[in-house]
Amino acid sequence: MTMRHRLIKKALLFIPLVLFLILGIAFYSQLGKNTQYMPSALIGQKVPAFNLISLNSDQIITQDDLPNTPYLINFWGTWCPACHVEHPFLTTLADDGVVIVGIDYKDEKALAKQWLEEKGDPYLMVLMDEIGHFGVDMGITGAPETFVVNSSGAIVYRLQGVVSESNWSTIQGYLK
Amino acid sequence: MITARIVFCWVVLFFALPGIAQELLTFSSTLNQTRYQNLIEELRCPKCQNQNLADSASGIAVDLREQVHQMIEANKSDQEIVDYMVARYGEFVLYRPIHSSATFLLWYGPFILLGIGLFTFVLVVMANRKKRGAKL
Repeated sequence: MTMRHRLIKKALLFIPLVLFLILGIAFYSQLGKNTQYMPSALIGQKVPAFNLISLNSDQIITQDDLPNTPYLINFWGTWCPACHVEHPFLTTLADDGVVIVGIDYKDEKALAKQWLEEKGDPYLMVLMDEIGHFGVDMGITGAPETFVVNSSGAIVYRLQGVVSESNWSTIQGYLK
Repeated sequence: MITARIVFCWVVLFFALPGIAQELLTFSSTLNQTRYQNLIEELRCPKCQNQNLADSASGIAVDLREQVHQMIEANKSDQEIVDYMVARYGEFVLYRPIHSSATFLLWYGPFILLGIGLFTFVLVVMANRKKRGAKL
């Protein structure tokens, strides 16, 4: 056996180690990631068409009535414990001039009105999605969920869970 | 008479048990019912991600089952229903991923690995034979 052959044979012995390292790096890079994270299928698209009743004015609102400036769409409900946690932060955002369209998701009108009276109303408008059809059209999995719509009317970001101090800087980056 | 009534109640209760797990739905044909069952087993619940729509009790799964039921009864095809779900929840909801460049390894990776294995096996066997032949 020549010297070269022996070297090749020795090199072959390292293949399992190399494979192990590659797999190790691949798995390690996945550690600590949010396993519940699911990308939204609506990124880059317009808000789907809807006909929803406004909680405040009892008028039918369609997608044409949405703001022309960047804004947030926030799904909430009085039945949703995390929405209680989120509400004060939404109020501070609204005070800072952030435009938020609220979707009262699978909720009752009276309860929603009482909630806004007691806790304050951070929303530009609140639309009632009582059976949750608009929620399905937006691909939501529960409440709270928040979408960022940019100035050209495209959905650019979706957050599942509570908007808070810690994730606001990310969301704000999309709001333009 | 009272025992007969009690027995009757028990019999009714036993028949009621399987009905508790899912909503009571009526279908215009048994074909539609079979399609419904197949679809909700193939579609993944977006909320509780290791369950299909059939298994999950989460609110959104209930809504999506209802949607599937409505669409089947409105004579939508299976493909139309799957497309409807994918448009809203992404390919994520498919337990049977679409064949594309992104899922190429997922679908064909095992066969590629099997091929490499076979190739190595043949190579090693041939090398061993050669060595033995040289020795003899």
